[in-house]
Amino acid sequence: MTAGAQERRPSAAFEYLTTRKDEFVGWARKFSLFPYPFVTACCAMEFMSVSSTLYDTDRFGAALPRFTPRQSDLLMVVGTVTHKQAPILLKVYEQMCEPKWVIAFGVCASSGGFYQNYAALPGIDKIIPVDLYIPGCPPRPEMVIDGIMKLQDRIARDRHPIINETF
Amino acid sequence: MAHGTLSLLIEPARLLEVVRALKDRFGFDMFLDVTAVDWPQRQPRFDVVWHFYSTRERVRVRLKARVPEADPAADSLTGLYGSARFMERECHDMYGIAFRGNDDLRPILLYEGFVGHPLRKDYPKQKEQPLVPYRTNEAAK
Amino acid sequence: MSLPLPNPIRPAFDRGGSPGAVIVNIGPSHPATHGTIQIVAELDGERVVRTDVHCGYLHRGFEKECESHTWHNLIPYVDRLNYCSALINDFAYCEAVEKLMGIEITPRCRHLRTLLSEYSRIADHLTCIAAALMELGAMTAFLYLVTIRDYIYEHLAALTGARVTYSYGRIGGLANDVPEGWLKRLGEILDQMDTFTGRVHGLVDRNRIFIDRTRDVGVLTTAEAIHWGFTGPILRSTGAPRDLRKDTPYLSYAELDFEVPVGIKGDNYDRYFVRMREIDESAHMIRQLADMLEPGPICVDDRRCTFPEKHLVYSEIESLINHFKLVMDGPQVPPGEVYSAQEGANGELGFYIVSVGGGVPWKVHCRSPSFVHMGGVHRMLDGYQLADIVPTFGSVNMIGGECDR
Repeated sequence: MTAGAQERRPSAAFEYLTTRKDEFVGWARKFSLFPYPFVTACCAMEFMSVSSTLYDTDRFGAALPRFTPRQSDLLMVVGTVTHKQAPILLKVYEQMCEPKWVIAFGVCASSGGFYQNYAALPGIDKIIPVDLYIPGCPPRPEMVIDGIMKLQDRIARDRHPIINETF
Repeated sequence: MAHGTLSLLIEPARLLEVVRALKDRFGFDMFLDVTAVDWPQRQPRFDVVWHFYSTRERVRVRLKARVPEADPAADSLTGLYGSARFMERECHDMYGIAFRGNDDLRPILLYEGFVGHPLRKDYPKQKEQPLVPYRTNEAAK
Repeated sequence: MSLPLPNPIRPAFDRGGSPGAVIVNIGPSHPATHGTIQIVAELDGERVVRTDVHCGYLHRGFEKECESHTWHNLIPYVDRLNYCSALINDFAYCEAVEKLMGIEITPRCRHLRTLLSEYSRIADHLTCIAAALMELGAMTAFLYLVTIRDYIYEHLAALTGARVTYSYGRIGGLANDVPEGWLKRLGEILDQMDTFTGRVHGLVDRNRIFIDRTRDVGVLTTAEAIHWGFTGPILRSTGAPRDLRKDTPYLSYAELDFEVPVGIKGDNYDRYFVRMREIDESAHMIRQLADMLEPGPICVDDRRCTFPEKHLVYSEIESLINHFKLVMDGPQVPPGEVYSAQEGANGELGFYIVSVGGGVPWKVHCRSPSFVHMGGVHRMLDGYQLADIVPTFGSVNMIGGECDR
């Protein structure tokens, strides 16, 4: 794009191309989520259930956990995050590359749950931005799958700039 | 005797000799737990409570010692029982009871930089000491 | 953000003893440490020289929360201690309060509590073995066992309303009785579980790789285990047949016929096998209890703690006031203290409760087996290879909620 292009509106053909590209990249990204299960507490039991045979997240492309933040794009914070654990969560979040999404799995991650005291962080959105909140103590596996599907819808509708900010 | 467990109230200074007697003569080979109870209206303020179990005789015994707030210290049992290490660290974390002889009283359930002892009755339950500053609305944009 | 993040711990050592030593931090967000344990290990090549185990990353302030809730309201907190076998926590706590109040539960409630304790123990052992095997690479065993665990969860949801953390125990009884057809489904699940555990035995027991990775790894002697406070399957794997269900029988265990499996060497293989055998013993106990169940009341008929029937609450003034007082003030527990322990899935789960009268406890302390085991786990990690940390930790079954409370 030339220097004067900032003032000119992009042509309709260019916008059509961008939309198609966004749809394609969104489709690819939403069906190949690599979760990083930041597992702490009881919600881990439901995470194990939702990853295995009866309620399979593999059908949604989100089964293969990468146990290193460098290779994952979906941070699932499963369980209570305490103040002691907060620096670790922030470090893991920062080590992930863009594009990245965060799911707060369970009420403890969403708002602190019923642990409103000196030890528990009242919701992980106090320290990192969250894309999806799945309430429940712990949430049923169907709720988790519903949440993942909503996140996939959002990823599909999102803009996906891959070369520079406009394309 | 309280609800099936023998409970002994001892002087804090005699703790080590009593525990040694329990272990060697009476066979209380397993150390179960050490914790404290905070009675803020009373002097001495803390009741440090130890529980022991004998795997041979299958009975439990409870030891209690009253420890003042001005000098909250008791002797450590790490020389006699290995499991005392972590449990005394927890009691120190939560109540501030120092255990003489346990050289490793780092915070175990709490973190470095936490000021205060949360299970004391005068620590407000919701007083948080966050390690990571919370995001502000500007940062969220 | 470019600010350096604060370090929440202070490790015991930050330089190695020998020039070639490397300090490695197996951090608190790690699949093998079950999420919330940090191990700072000094390595000499692949061999672990010494470790410094840090827990506390899941400390949620259980005791402090308990001091501001009534005796009934804190049952959900108690549930979330050992969340793999949540019913055992419920019943251990309720038993402690019932001792303080001097209540004796009805026979049906006793048998049901025993049955559900064993059922929860099965769920916990299934989770532990499934996770341990998956960390060694045996994904199939994980899928088999978690499928059964999922059937158990759905089944318990039919009874209690929740899959993982039930809040089913009440002081003086249980929340509700078993529905129609529940016991029949129980039999079906146990039969299918026998098939699946048989398959896991076939896959893993005589598997050369499994034996090489777990035999003689993480060895513990009985004297060491008792010195470091180990109880439960870990102590039994060293050869000592210590089980609170046999030694100090509570609930209905005195009337049941079961064995206590013990290991021979105290290594990882023995801990795996002791847990598998305990699953079989628990299934045997459940079948006996299902036959022993007699119809009768679930909750003891004591106004101090049992909620009156709803139709009475809506028609009689005494029941209304009783219900109101129980909900607002909580059951009035006489002053005193009690330490009551049950055999949890990991070992001795004890509750030390101090009451000053009134509906709110003065102190509720949980003696959790996992916390004590974390104090001694370095004995099982030092001297072995770095890769052995994974199966050893899997066999210790550290449950974060219980360890850090």
